[in-house]
Amino acid sequence: MTLLAVEDLGITAGGSPLVEDVSFAIEPGERVGLIGASGSGKSLTASAVMGLLPEGLTAYGSVRFGDRELLGAGERELSRLRGKDITMVFQEPMTALNPSMRVGKQVAEAMLLHRTRDRRAASKDAVELLERVRLPEPERLARAYPHQLSGGQRQRVVLAIALANDPALLICDEPTTALDVTVQARILDVLADGVRERESALLFITHDLAVVATVCERVLVMNEGRIVESGPTRRVLSAPEHEYTARLLEASS
Amino acid sequence: MRRNVSLWAGIVLVGLVVGVALVSFAWTPHDPLLVDASVRLLGPGGEYVFGTDKLGRDLASQLMVGARTTLYVGVVAVGIAALIGTPLGVLAGMGANWLGELIMRTSDLVLAFPALLLAIMLGAVYGASTLTAMIAIGIATVPSFARIARAGTLQVVSTEYVLAARAGGRSRWWIAVRHVLPNISGIVVVQSSVSFAIAVLAEAALSFLGFGTAPPTPSWGRMLQESQELLAVEPRLALIPGAAIAIAVLGFNLLGDGLRDRFDPRLEVRR
Repeated sequence: MTLLAVEDLGITAGGSPLVEDVSFAIEPGERVGLIGASGSGKSLTASAVMGLLPEGLTAYGSVRFGDRELLGAGERELSRLRGKDITMVFQEPMTALNPSMRVGKQVAEAMLLHRTRDRRAASKDAVELLERVRLPEPERLARAYPHQLSGGQRQRVVLAIALANDPALLICDEPTTALDVTVQARILDVLADGVRERESALLFITHDLAVVATVCERVLVMNEGRIVESGPTRRVLSAPEHEYTARLLEASS
Repeated sequence: MRRNVSLWAGIVLVGLVVGVALVSFAWTPHDPLLVDASVRLLGPGGEYVFGTDKLGRDLASQLMVGARTTLYVGVVAVGIAALIGTPLGVLAGMGANWLGELIMRTSDLVLAFPALLLAIMLGAVYGASTLTAMIAIGIATVPSFARIARAGTLQVVSTEYVLAARAGGRSRWWIAVRHVLPNISGIVVVQSSVSFAIAVLAEAALSFLGFGTAPPTPSWGRMLQESQELLAVEPRLALIPGAAIAIAVLGFNLLGDGLRDRFDPRLEVRR
């Protein structure tokens, strides 16, 4: 059964369309890239899936997660899914972590929030999760505050939080854009292993084609609020059918 | 322990004021209220360290007991302002739009009203006393706490960890206690120290006008007031309590700055 099915999704801001006719599906365990320039509607599409559109924007169409319709679903139902079955990693790791809370506690909080562990198991598993995202000395780092970590380490913590409840779908919105290239590669490794171990599906939003090539099996290309091309990563990147994809490739090589 | 000059300077100066106030409960060189015409306007040194005033009261003893008033004043006024203003600001930042508007416009209204005038009004209605003066100063300071607390709250609320907590179904109350308050405590502490200094000065001003601490209770502000008529002949009577006020104000400002540097984890990296 298809994990996530988006059909004819549109997003408008007071009448003017921002995203139109977006349809795609993600199978369980599949890793899909969503690429396009800034302002093409990638992040908005992800926000609509999570039910986290900013105030003033409305979405129409259909977003089905398993057998549940997410568009128009109640806040209570959505909050049970978010952070548990569907999780998200944002671009800026600094604002994703509470600066006045110890790192381990924040990882544990994700599990306590959805009652997937009791208090003791949560703090124990938090350390283990930090180890699984390959943070050195996880026990010491669990007691550190976010500012004591480097940018790459922080993003690993964010990733540990996103993976804590073994989500069926992980959405990453430009998770490595704020990091330098070497750190980026290591984070992508951890990310790919993390979703593979859990058989989680991945929706990876980026404007970096090289990143898509290493992580995703399939890719969707978005331009001006529409999906203009989709297909296996290798095919799309080597023989683009749409003129916009070709331009995107040209610009990045 | 890294060097944190303002914290230590603040601790020393505030410690001095607190220490003097505590000692004054047990011991003062002379009775601060004892009027003795035979020792009027003695210069500093000898038996009277800072000399005596026009009624022959020991200046040093008055200064020591006056430190109590100063601390009392600061704690009451800042306590009222912080305990009312901070929650109001958080509420304004997290609550519904109309609630935020209501709180902020009301606080603008209070802000537009001069603190000293409010104190004088309350003093006229309920009788001039240190407590009335401080309640008035406290109420007048509520808006500045509400304002900075709201600004800090808006900043915290826009972060992704709050979004994540909210998206996961955590209540507003939980987010306020776990995410917002710890992250705005730094600016609230700094605001407290600044307000403390303002409250001490306001008490001095009110006592000077006759609307603060009623005689004969010693207060640094009233000592200044009484020194007025002798300013030309005995400037010492104004300079000594003036210096005490300056030390307390400076001490609390430095302490606030130092505490912020110490407790805001984000600032540690840059030191």
